Amino acid sequence: MWLLNSSIGKKLIMSISGVFLILFLLFHMSMNIVAVFSADAYNMICELLGANWYALVGTAVLAGGFLVHIVFAFMLTLQNQKARGNQSYAVSERPKGVDFASQNMFILGTIVVLGLIMHFAQFWYKMQFAEILGHHEVELGTAVVGVADGAAFIKYWFSNPIICILYLIWFAALWFHLTHGFWSAIQTIGWSNQIWYNRWKCISNIFATVVFLGFALVVVTFFLKSLCA
Amino acid sequence: MEKTINITLKVWRQRGPKENGAFETFQLKNISTDSSFLEMLDVLNEQLVSEQKEPIVFDHDCREGICGMCSLYINGHAHGPDEDVTTCQLHMRKFKDGETITVEPWRSASFPVIRDLMVDRNAFDKIIQAGGYTSVNTGGVPDANSIPISKIDADEAMDAASCIGCGACVAACKNGSAMLFVSAKVSQLALLPQGRVEAAARVKKMVAKMDELGFGNCTNTRACEAECPKNVSIANIARMNREFICAKLKD
Repeated sequence: MWLLNSSIGKKLIMSISGVFLILFLLFHMSMNIVAVFSADAYNMICELLGANWYALVGTAVLAGGFLVHIVFAFMLTLQNQKARGNQSYAVSERPKGVDFASQNMFILGTIVVLGLIMHFAQFWYKMQFAEILGHHEVELGTAVVGVADGAAFIKYWFSNPIICILYLIWFAALWFHLTHGFWSAIQTIGWSNQIWYNRWKCISNIFATVVFLGFALVVVTFFLKSLCA
Repeated sequence: MEKTINITLKVWRQRGPKENGAFETFQLKNISTDSSFLEMLDVLNEQLVSEQKEPIVFDHDCREGICGMCSLYINGHAHGPDEDVTTCQLHMRKFKDGETITVEPWRSASFPVIRDLMVDRNAFDKIIQAGGYTSVNTGGVPDANSIPISKIDADEAMDAASCIGCGACVAACKNGSAMLFVSAKVSQLALLPQGRVEAAARVKKMVAKMDELGFGNCTNTRACEAECPKNVSIANIARMNREFICAKLKD
């Protein structure tokens, strides 16, 4: 199968799964922003995304997308290291026009996954996962809250400045990952040329910044609210 | 009066592909800034020969930037610090008096060192042999403009064809990928009607050969394009991806 055997096939899988995850980020960001305006509306979304069959199917597909992206990242990185050889240059300079992100996608991706583990432990494990196990209420700090009370979770975690900083670092790594990942995915699919390359690159930067600001807005807003409370 | 500089050279010495190499340091005095980098190495080699030592082995041929034989990774850049030139066109005026210059061979698993600074770039020939040609009978020399080709396509094909196959793209790539080279060779033919006939078969064969030879996978860092002495664009890589994916989808 050419998708699995050829270099371009593997890159294509990487780019398609990447674009899929980009679409998910857009969805997650839009959902989060709702919390800034209305806790009730946000909790309604949390209710919809609990242990319903469609939410579970969605989660499984999403997990599959992540898994494919990560597994192929490992495969391609190992292959590339082998192709590079054992002997590295004594002197090596990053040429002009080469972005930091483009040469460090694996490291940035690793930071994103570490952030994801933290995020899962803080939210998903106590919300959707608890509901799958049949619980309707979980302990959160000293309080007991409903598994679909997303607003309470946000308020609780983002009142802690250290957690806020960790999330912002996570989003920053994601920003770098996306500035390269977006246009790179399009280039791999082949939808680029000398004119569109610059356009895609500009769109990538704007998109990554919008995603960063969208996610950061919720963290910062709830941290400031916790200070006023 | 001509200006001269004194330099310290750190050169990679390696007796064969299987042996371990190491840097050797040389002092060179009164090097004319008008001399090219290879002429400077010639001066050093004559010095070594007169001292009854082994001269440094390096690749070179036309010395006017069109054959693609010269290589050398100089001070962290393929073909040295100057832009859009090959090592033979790099001049000593680009270096400062008293500077230490580090010279290394191309480093990639697919380009094993033959000796010192010379590497085996046969892999590129094998990729070309896999499909980088047209085998259709094109008849005699046609009249000019009997096959209309748009100016844009003609220019892009010509730019792709400027690739001299030196291997700087592979040397500069952190993934040891040859996609800039292969895509230039795919593009120069795919853009023209004469090459279009075999385009799908060509891209499949050349990519398969490239993968078989153990070159890495492109991650679009653009280091190849930045270090290419002929300014070959990564737009060619997008074209190759497009050609390859379309050819495979049609199968």
